[in-house]
Amino acid sequence: MLLPLSWLKDYVDVDVTVEELEERLFSSGFEVEELKYLGEEIDRVVTGKITSVAKHEDSDHLQICKLDCGEAYGTDIQIVTGAQNIFEGAVVPVALDNSLLPGGVKIKKGKLRGVESCGMLCSGGELGITDDWYEGADVDGILILDENTPIGEDITKIVGLDDYIFDISITANRPDCQSILGMAREVAAILDKPLKAPDMSYTAIDAANDDDITVTVTAPDLCPRYIGHYVKDVVIKKSPQWMRKRLALVGLNAINTIVDITNFILMELGQPMHAFDLSTLEGKAINVRRARNGEKITTLDEKEFELNDTNLVICDAVKPVALAGIMGGLNSEIKDTTKDVVFESAKFARDSIRKTSRSLGQSSYSSAKFCKGVDEYTTECAIKRALHLIEELDCGTVSNTHRCEAAKELAPKVVEATFEKINKVLGIEVPGDVILDILRRLEFDVKKNGDVLTVTAPLYREDVEGYEDLAEEVIRIYGYDHIKPQLLKFATVTNGGLSEAQQFELKLKNALRMQGAYETINYSFYSNADLDMLHIPHDAPERNAIRIENPISENYSIMATTLAPIMLNTIVKNYRSGNDAGRFYEVANVFIAKQMPLTELPHERRTIGIGVYGDGEDFFKVKGIIEGIADEFNLTFSYRKSTRSFLHPGITAEILCEDEVIGYVGQLSHEVSQEMSLVKKAFIAEIDYEKLSGFFKHTMRYAPISEFPDVVRDFAFVCDEAVTCGEIEESIRKSCKYVTVVKLFDIFRGKQIGEGKKSMAFNVIISPQEKGFSDKEIEKFTSKILKDLEFKLGISLR
Amino acid sequence: MKQKIEQLRAQISAELTAGLSREEFKKLREKYLSNKAGEIPNLMKEMRNVPKEERPEFGKIINEFKVWAEGRFDEIDASLKAAELAGKNASEAVDITMPAVKNDTGSLHPTTLVRHEIINIFANMGFDVFDGPEIETDYYNFTALNVPSDHPARAEQDTFYITEQILLRTQTSPGQIRTMEANKPPIKVLSPGRVFRSDDDATHTPMFHQMEGLVVDKNISVCDLYGMLDLLAKEIFTADTKTRLRPSYFPFTEPSVEVDVTCCECGGKGCRLCKGTGWIEVLGGGIVNRKVLENCNIDPDVYSGLAFGIGIDRITMLKYGINNIHILFDNDIRTLKQFKQQNR
Repeated sequence: MLLPLSWLKDYVDVDVTVEELEERLFSSGFEVEELKYLGEEIDRVVTGKITSVAKHEDSDHLQICKLDCGEAYGTDIQIVTGAQNIFEGAVVPVALDNSLLPGGVKIKKGKLRGVESCGMLCSGGELGITDDWYEGADVDGILILDENTPIGEDITKIVGLDDYIFDISITANRPDCQSILGMAREVAAILDKPLKAPDMSYTAIDAANDDDITVTVTAPDLCPRYIGHYVKDVVIKKSPQWMRKRLALVGLNAINTIVDITNFILMELGQPMHAFDLSTLEGKAINVRRARNGEKITTLDEKEFELNDTNLVICDAVKPVALAGIMGGLNSEIKDTTKDVVFESAKFARDSIRKTSRSLGQSSYSSAKFCKGVDEYTTECAIKRALHLIEELDCGTVSNTHRCEAAKELAPKVVEATFEKINKVLGIEVPGDVILDILRRLEFDVKKNGDVLTVTAPLYREDVEGYEDLAEEVIRIYGYDHIKPQLLKFATVTNGGLSEAQQFELKLKNALRMQGAYETINYSFYSNADLDMLHIPHDAPERNAIRIENPISENYSIMATTLAPIMLNTIVKNYRSGNDAGRFYEVANVFIAKQMPLTELPHERRTIGIGVYGDGEDFFKVKGIIEGIADEFNLTFSYRKSTRSFLHPGITAEILCEDEVIGYVGQLSHEVSQEMSLVKKAFIAEIDYEKLSGFFKHTMRYAPISEFPDVVRDFAFVCDEAVTCGEIEESIRKSCKYVTVVKLFDIFRGKQIGEGKKSMAFNVIISPQEKGFSDKEIEKFTSKILKDLEFKLGISLR
Repeated sequence: MKQKIEQLRAQISAELTAGLSREEFKKLREKYLSNKAGEIPNLMKEMRNVPKEERPEFGKIINEFKVWAEGRFDEIDASLKAAELAGKNASEAVDITMPAVKNDTGSLHPTTLVRHEIINIFANMGFDVFDGPEIETDYYNFTALNVPSDHPARAEQDTFYITEQILLRTQTSPGQIRTMEANKPPIKVLSPGRVFRSDDDATHTPMFHQMEGLVVDKNISVCDLYGMLDLLAKEIFTADTKTRLRPSYFPFTEPSVEVDVTCCECGGKGCRLCKGTGWIEVLGGGIVNRKVLENCNIDPDVYSGLAFGIGIDRITMLKYGINNIHILFDNDIRTLKQFKQQNR
């Protein structure tokens, strides 16, 4: 929201510096995002009177001027100019030697065709101004100032550039401050100055059309208040300079009196207004209603829209004439020939305007304002102010035809409070008289009855709901620097910290960290192309992903159903950045829809993703990372050969815990590696953390160290290539419940053993529990182990 | 006999030198001290030939000689051992500057580290931690938090929708509602996690992290809010960090404040990071709006609450001098490696 200092001063005396005002606004809740001095880019440009004009002898268009810029700058300054509109006695802007003009232009003394020129005479354009700032600024040539302008003055003071623009960020609860007057009210309260309210008086006369004009609102839910006022015999002309200048200060172009008045009020009061050419309104009627499905309107900017019944339109007796709150229709536009107009000042529901504006892709200053919110009190004020300006600008005759359709009467918000309640929210003791004074400055009316304060908010403050709001009003003016930090002085002592489940998750992350893996954080969404990258079949469950209705781009359009794409992308990104190896993991949710489309929240399944790549890595090292997790949580994992669309068909395993599949691990397939131009070996693993955490042990008991020594036996078996280490291990473990360790320590292939065979050597530890084992018992165990192996797997001792 | 002893003594002295090999030494020891055939035990056997009355004297002499000889042998044995070890040490010596054989460790993500740093600060004050769903209902994300359907905040937040009623949470504030629905005051809870907004440019990522804090109890005031957030800033940044409150607006708190801290880059003198102001906006909070309490069936006239929201990524960036939020989502190992030392 742009607030020009000069315009602000129309309503309140500002007797502090702009810097102090900025600070005061900031500490009371209005952050000044930018404070801009309009004359910032101008230096050493002053007013001067032309004392003589002579022709340049070597040029047919240059003229040599002598200027009087006053004692301070020089009374006899020679400047050569090419402009033809100058004359002796004219007062003009003079850019002196070493001066600055907008756009970083530097003016220095120099010679023009041999004649010394000690500066430059300036046009309006060179000063960055138009007629709206200073009458005559648009003239082709030098800006001729008013003849009574004092000489030797800083030009910024003369043409209105000695001014500041505050760009203020207004919080969503204060739409009433989205206007010059709204901010003036705040400044008046902050500085404790009286507010000079704009004049809203006017004199109305009876007019011929009076009885004919009707206003009906058939959608009061979308339009709680609609005011139409008839003004006849309007004069479409140029607005006075004071008004055009104010519009220019906030970046608006002046058009004509009627349009300018609506724009001026939009800025001054924050109320969007509209003016209809009465002659184009069939039946002299205004009807505010929902559009009919398929109904069309062409707005002022000549865009045609097809509407539906969620859009609010202003219609005459037959057709839409405006897209309510967004833009007028081309058919009812004010033209130079317009004689009679109906001024509209209305409140439209902000979500209705927002939705229509969004769905049609059409917006304006008005719609932006309505989306932020307009209060109904201002709706009333705006029409009066407009009628006053019609009179002041002498551009029409105000009739008595005032039609106001309102769903309910204006009623201020009333809140009951006590000093104690207000102070309890704040935690400090603000003296009662200070509270009363602050509320008075903010135009709240307070009736005190014993301890009870009955506080009536000003009509424009629709945000006030309870005494907490009053506490906020008090502290933001009183100053947050009065708040003293305290640590839950009166609160109950509670026990806190991570739950066991949360601690386990952190432990898991640290376990992976200890395996040399780095935690990554990736977006929870990706695209179907990421699943394609992994060759995930089209009927795979991973394809049943939740779609975002309004994604930023297709790249982030579906919610993750597997972390595999995320881990592969992390690897590929790192590889392409020149990193030649890495171990990564992420603990994140995948999103499993219970049904599509979603009618209830999906299952968010916590999942561990692991991605490893580099020359030094192999499947067993990655398996070691997984085993690191098992070890940390005192679990035993087993592995079963498996496949995945993106993994090597011979180097992929399912991970099981207590016979339940909890995940997979494998080497990235050659196909995918080649498609990704990844020349390093890469591995992907994924573990269902929900399932895994189900196996976590929550208590433990100390197990006494056995007094009986372990029995260690080494066996070497000869078996077919097809027999796996896991099968042998499983068989050995099942044969004897006292076996605690089965560890492959050697594998051998060679002629001695035979084609298609291998020798595997295992280290087996049998741990006695309650009692030691006799040699005979050990003999029984080992022979059972060997017999089972022979029977189940057909393998024997080497 | 005496003569023989002296002769042997001279012989031993001459033969037994430090230059002997272990093998030669063994042989010599055998030769002189072996019980079976050693020269010195043999002397004992010759005692038979000595007259009875002289035997004690000779016994003493032989014994002394034996002790002397054993001493000599032990001495040389020790020096041989020392020489052998010295040789072993020399041959085993390594270039200790060669690279270590080590098990590399990794690191938690910097955002996770900061998340837990914040959790630890508040856990000490009795806060629990609540993990809420990332896909939320419109009710929990907006309506229950006093953001009605026509509220401008809804437009500003640029929400990712799944259906009209289901969306990606735009804030961790739904955690407030879920906690208050499930628990009676006193409540102290943090709700950290991923949040999503439809913004992707130089300073925004469509996913980022927030941590919501909520206290509901009797007599909770703005002073408590300030005290906790001031402590947080001092713990996360430095003990001399200063904080200030200024008025702001959130639909779910009233009054609402933003908390600024003295710029961690320049210490408050003014720099590019703080745009010359010396202050940086780090979080927002306020007193829980009575409507939010009412939505959770908590009587606002009995209980009051405070709530605050922290941008974890932003704090991470400020704390470690990371100038671009995208770095936190790039997962480049060269970035991640730098945070090892911060793991606790």
